[in-house]
Amino acid sequence: MSDVKLESRRGVRSMRAEIHAKRRRNADPAWVQWTITGLAASFLGIFIVLPLVIVFSAAFAKGFAAYLAALRDPDTFAAIRLTLIVAAISVATNTAFGLIAAWAITKFEFFGKNLLIILIEIPFSVSPVIAGLVFVLLFGLQGYFGAWLKAHDIAIIFALPGIALATIFVTFPFVVRELIPLMQEQGTEGEQAALSLGASGLRTFVRVTLPNVKWALLYGVLLCNARAMGEFGAVSVVSGHVRGQTNTMPLHVELLYDGYQLAAAFAVASLLALLAFITLIIKVVLESRLSQE
Amino acid sequence: MKISVLNVTKQFGDFTALSGINLEVLSGELLALLGPSGSGKTTLLRIIAGLDWPDDGEVQFDGEDALSRAASERHVGFVFQHYALFRHMTVFENVAFGLRARPRKFRPSEEDIGRRVKSLLDLVQLGWLAQRYPTQLSGGQRQRIALARALAIEPRVLLLDEPFGSLDAKVRKELRRWLRKLHSEIHVTSIFVTHDQDEAMEVADRIVVMDKGRIEQTGTPQQVYDHPVSPFVHDFIGESISLPVIIDGGDVRFQGQTIGLDAQGTADGAATLFARPFHMAILPASGDDNLKGKIKRVHGIGPARRIEIALGNEASETIVEVDALRAQQWRGGQVVGLRPQHYRLFPSRDGA
Repeated sequence: MSDVKLESRRGVRSMRAEIHAKRRRNADPAWVQWTITGLAASFLGIFIVLPLVIVFSAAFAKGFAAYLAALRDPDTFAAIRLTLIVAAISVATNTAFGLIAAWAITKFEFFGKNLLIILIEIPFSVSPVIAGLVFVLLFGLQGYFGAWLKAHDIAIIFALPGIALATIFVTFPFVVRELIPLMQEQGTEGEQAALSLGASGLRTFVRVTLPNVKWALLYGVLLCNARAMGEFGAVSVVSGHVRGQTNTMPLHVELLYDGYQLAAAFAVASLLALLAFITLIIKVVLESRLSQE
Repeated sequence: MKISVLNVTKQFGDFTALSGINLEVLSGELLALLGPSGSGKTTLLRIIAGLDWPDDGEVQFDGEDALSRAASERHVGFVFQHYALFRHMTVFENVAFGLRARPRKFRPSEEDIGRRVKSLLDLVQLGWLAQRYPTQLSGGQRQRIALARALAIEPRVLLLDEPFGSLDAKVRKELRRWLRKLHSEIHVTSIFVTHDQDEAMEVADRIVVMDKGRIEQTGTPQQVYDHPVSPFVHDFIGESISLPVIIDGGDVRFQGQTIGLDAQGTADGAATLFARPFHMAILPASGDDNLKGKIKRVHGIGPARRIEIALGNEASETIVEVDALRAQQWRGGQVVGLRPQHYRLFPSRDGA
């Protein structure tokens, strides 16, 4: 009796070993797997990790005191301040716009809807330099509204409004792009249920629509913010590079670098890199929340 | 509350969803809108709720114009096929939503809300789930919560869109009985949409049969089943045998042969004969004027048998399924006569 059991158990074991062997025979050879994984890892190392390490090592090359001194410089401080202001303006504007546009596109039927969806994506396919030039063309001294603006003493180009406009243009799609697919998938039944229960439009939006998309919204805001703080091209065209006044952090980095202040340049750059890290971490958290949504 | 639908018409582009619908829903009744998909039944329900708008016509609640009010002002409880519960709110908050949404001066106190929600959850027998989230509930539980949520606003009318459509068969049957019982307790005027005739038959006081944006027939389940007014209703409700026949001077002919039936006053020309499978009597084949056919197959368990019979000649065979008693012992291959005990004749619409 126990002999039979033993026999059959041995049989099972040998069968498992055989299946394992078959599986191995049919899998990709080890050297292929290793080569592919190795290639991917070294690509990542050379193009992503190494530059980041260099940024931080260059920033601290002259020691921590020099690093802090570079950041305490009034011009650097002004650049950080301007970047935060511009990011706040663009994120707020694009969040409001993103919600409105996503609402319109997913909850209503109207003529030209597909065109609107295509238009929203344009900033992604247009070079940021062009975005900047458009605003110079509109509001610059030689531009369409230039004379009128000068007569009324309103500064847009080479001032905060121009920088904000260019940044808004470039970061325009981030929020709305996150919202549309989710809101499309969720449909309008929740809103209809709320309405039939007597809720006002505003209450429906605040209590039903917004909670349903909050993680996607935050995700969009995060990406929008990261890009708004890091934008270089469009801002460079409209800023005028006035030290301590119209320089954002990325522009300031370039300025310092061109002036051979390498340690200072990398110190400011390290702040931007840090922003990227923080963004990445929040992004991972949000993505896991989003997958539950 | 009485609901009157007067001449309501609705187009979606080229598609006519509703054409000239007239309907009275009596106070306190449980009415089923029954029809195949695309018959316009859900559109009609949504128009009554204020979630959709007709192109033309009127909707009145107790004689007053309902169309001039938005969905949020109609006091209509709407239950969606896919529940549409608020996922980020607990069951309690879902049910309380309608109470909290009231204008401040009509809003009950927090204690009142708590008491009302609890009694509603007890009504749907799910009080123990108050702190759960919708995703933690089964389909049947979600649907009952959706119903409790709709009832929280003390609706003047309860509208249910395919309420059991996304539940599995067993739960569906349970909930059907439960809804019937609930309605007999609360007596709120209720309309539910379904494509399932059994559901309509079992639950509703009255059934409105719809097809292609029109009402085909309105009546109690018995009336609709026993006296269908159109081929569509006969075919859609209950099992039917339908045979193409010719009426010729008071005789009914099938494939050229008279079959010994009265034409019931139907005009000469092409017509369709409708009968229920259990109204077909199987007779020994004989020279009489009968439908004649050959038994193809006998199947079934218990006291009844389902018998497939091929009528007519080999070239244009028509298979009908007929019910018989096991005791009669019919066998495959036998040639038999068939005579419907009850039947209806409907002239072909195109007159061909």
